[in-house]
Amino acid sequence: MADFKTKPDELYKSIDHTPPKAGWMDVPAQFRPGNWCYPAKPEVLDYIGFPNGRKWSPADEDWKLPENWKDIIHQGFRERLEKFRSLKIFMDVCVRCGACADKCHYFIGSGDPKNMPVLRAELLRSVYRKDFTTAGKILGKLNGARVLEEDVLKEWFLYFYQCTECRRCSLFCPYGIDTAEITMMARELLNLVGCNINWIQEPVANCQRTGNHLGIQPHAFKDIVDFMVDDIEEVTGKRIHVPMNEKGHEILFITPSGDVFADPGIYTFMGYLMLFDAIGLDYTMSTYASEGGNFGLFTDNVVAKKLNAKMYAEAKRLGVKWILGGECGHMWRVINQYMDTFNGPPDFLQMPKSPITGTVFKNAASTKMVHITEFTADLIKHRKLKLDPSRNDHFTVTFHDSCNPARGMGLLEEPRYVIKNVCNNFYEMPAQTIREQTFCCAGGAGLGTDEFMDMRMRGGLPRGNALRYVRDKYGVNRMACICAIDRATLVPLADYWANGVDISGIHELVGNALILDGEKEREVDLRQEPLPGKEG
Amino acid sequence: MNAFYSLIFVFALVLIALFGVGAAHLSYFFGVILPLAAVIVFIVGIVLKVLGWGKSAVPFRIPTTGGQQQSLDWIKQNKWDNPSTASQTFIRMVFEVLFFRSLFRNTSVSLRNEDGVPVVAYSSAKWLWLFALMFHYSFLIIVLRHLRLFMDPVPFFVPVLDFMDGILQIGAPRLYMSDLLIVVGLSFLLLRRLVVPIFRYISNAADYFPLLLILGIALSGIYMRYFGKVDVIAIKELTMGLVTLSPKVPAGIDASFYVHIALVSTLLIYFPFSKLMHMGGVFLSPTRNMPNNTRIVHHENPWNPDVKPHSYEAYEDDFREHMIEAGLPVEKQA
Ligand code: HEM
Ligand code: SF4
Ligand code: SF4
Repeated sequence: MADFKTKPDELYKSIDHTPPKAGWMDVPAQFRPGNWCYPAKPEVLDYIGFPNGRKWSPADEDWKLPENWKDIIHQGFRERLEKFRSLKIFMDVCVRCGACADKCHYFIGSGDPKNMPVLRAELLRSVYRKDFTTAGKILGKLNGARVLEEDVLKEWFLYFYQCTECRRCSLFCPYGIDTAEITMMARELLNLVGCNINWIQEPVANCQRTGNHLGIQPHAFKDIVDFMVDDIEEVTGKRIHVPMNEKGHEILFITPSGDVFADPGIYTFMGYLMLFDAIGLDYTMSTYASEGGNFGLFTDNVVAKKLNAKMYAEAKRLGVKWILGGECGHMWRVINQYMDTFNGPPDFLQMPKSPITGTVFKNAASTKMVHITEFTADLIKHRKLKLDPSRNDHFTVTFHDSCNPARGMGLLEEPRYVIKNVCNNFYEMPAQTIREQTFCCAGGAGLGTDEFMDMRMRGGLPRGNALRYVRDKYGVNRMACICAIDRATLVPLADYWANGVDISGIHELVGNALILDGEKEREVDLRQEPLPGKEG
Repeated sequence: MNAFYSLIFVFALVLIALFGVGAAHLSYFFGVILPLAAVIVFIVGIVLKVLGWGKSAVPFRIPTTGGQQQSLDWIKQNKWDNPSTASQTFIRMVFEVLFFRSLFRNTSVSLRNEDGVPVVAYSSAKWLWLFALMFHYSFLIIVLRHLRLFMDPVPFFVPVLDFMDGILQIGAPRLYMSDLLIVVGLSFLLLRRLVVPIFRYISNAADYFPLLLILGIALSGIYMRYFGKVDVIAIKELTMGLVTLSPKVPAGIDASFYVHIALVSTLLIYFPFSKLMHMGGVFLSPTRNMPNNTRIVHHENPWNPDVKPHSYEAYEDDFREHMIEAGLPVEKQA
């Protein structure tokens, strides 16, 4: 948290939901440290073939836009109105009822009225009215229309990179207007004139070349996995084999690279490996398709398609029957709602069927990709796992629904079922902050970067406050989640708003509880902390 | 300010109609030409708008899921908030359109301090839902009751509706509940925009105008029925003339009727160009009208771009030596 020093109390007190006197069109965007992300480096944009890479800063007066930027945006807007009915409808039908207004975590934590989803969308809509509607052309400001000037573009950049595409607003809107969709469109328009952020574009570039966001090369990837195999051996006394890039297996397993690389995701990764060993799964991982996540979703639909295509390409090359996917939020929005359309249907794969229980995953009939908690819940239901939940008794657990699995899929019961079977102490956070109403970690959609910490902590308030509530009431000290971005962003969030709660994936808890054949008596959990009763 | 402009504009419309009919004797214009033109604009406008929406592609199936997905057999799916078939989606839409299901979820957030502990609290906020339903259903009932002026014989359900709406048997002519409720509903919707700071902040003239306009229509209608007691027989002669396209303007129709019909015409003309098109948009919204089944049934993007991933071959070429050294299988030896 490099420069971010505001104390939680001060931040909380500073939040004011009263709008300013001046109308929103008359309040220019204010760039201050902590509320914007660094722009993409020119060489990164060049590598992925995005236009107008240059050195610039949002804080500067001059953004060095291409001369004909207004034309470029206008053409891009027109094209997207034809390509996306969602955009056209969402531009036309909002009644500004305000039902979405206080549903956004960024508004709740910042009080900035342009973080109300309705106004965030109006930033784009105002230009739409001026450029594409008769009423807007004639009535102008009276009808909420305005000319696209540089100040407007600056607002777009600020506020469309203050939206995590979490879709909470969309759930409450009587017409289902999805500000996430509007943000995606706006980011595509901004790309056309070279205004985008490095935290998204660099992972995209990395992913293209090395197969994962972090740019880990194949040999290094294997090394890291080997380290984890060592760690598993230390905890369980068992050495596990992890097939990598091997042909002829039944299943390809793909998980976000954050699990392989970043604490605390690595413990979840160990949990997967132990699970696969326990059931003798015939699987392989891949270094070429070593990224479940897809930062393309946060910048451009064509890029998202391109990155996603590796999954099927690798499944085909390796000759597997179906694909199993790890714990990740936006990865599952892509798989559940886009993958089949992007790159499917994959006729070379077979209907996914659990080799252990025989269960056919009918809800993946076309895409042929199954979520790991669907898979594990089925194993547990059929009593195929030997579990000792008391090995998680030092945790009182709650569950954070990640936005995308909740509102872009509906994966609600599966993770809960798994947790309740591997942990003895589980408590839910308040109803308005979980399941389909869940609150974002405030670092999704490519905004989980350190320079954005002020807004992240503000946006993290609703989640953090709900967490604090269960911490104080039930003694919760562990928040489980099924998202690699969460596992990175919730750690500082919990430190800030609900100190004393750790973050983990679900399969870390599975790994703790899982009894492997021939394992030694465990003294420590996967983090090498003493198990309950084994302290001292 | 926005509210004020809208109010002035509605007043102006009223005055123009009064003056036009009273002093300038333009009753043929206000009674025949304007309404006919308005109906044409209304119909053509809506058709063009909906066709315009229909012309745009639906590249992805992106429902917002509001409950448990279809999953393992023993996990109960929330079929109406997270439908996976067409018929389940139909039911979701019925709930959305007839009962404003999403709006029913509404909550309101407040930041408090309880003994030094920050508390972000959510309370249920169904007022908007209640008054929005009240307004829309009153409006619908009133429109349907008006059919008695445009059809001969009057369809069977109109007298039934008429009877039900007036079942309270208060006053003469009998008070219609819908008349009362539409005014209450509209007043609430208007007041919340004027009083609650954030709603005031997001409202522009295009938000106040339809509310005030419809309120004007309702009030002029109420005046005609309960106070002006206008000559309904003569009015039906006029309205039937409109539908049969043999227009005539009988004498003795009160000026208040021309005000009413001028405001209605304005609404019809305004409708296709405004947010009132939410009436059509709600049916076409891709986050509501599609099932959550892209993993089950393929969805085709009509403009699916032809892009290929960075290929495995290129990847192996890039890293082959390292891969061999690390013992990873390769397709081609170095
Ligand atoms: C299928 C038909 C319709 C549906 C499902 C529908 C639904 C809704 C909903 C959910 C709202 C938001 C709540 C609110 O602000 O009151 C709304 C607002 C509104 N509707 Fe409708 N509506 C429909 C047709 C109409 C029609 C025919 C009119 C009138 C000509 C109309 C006029 C309005 C107005 C003026 C508002 C804004 C209220 C405000 O500004 O606060 N609606 N509608
Ligand atoms: S809830 Fe929907 S209609 Fe209402 S203001 Fe928000 S986006 Fe507009
Ligand atoms: S998608 Fe999420 S972050 Fe974006 S406006 Fe809606 S609630 Fe806010």
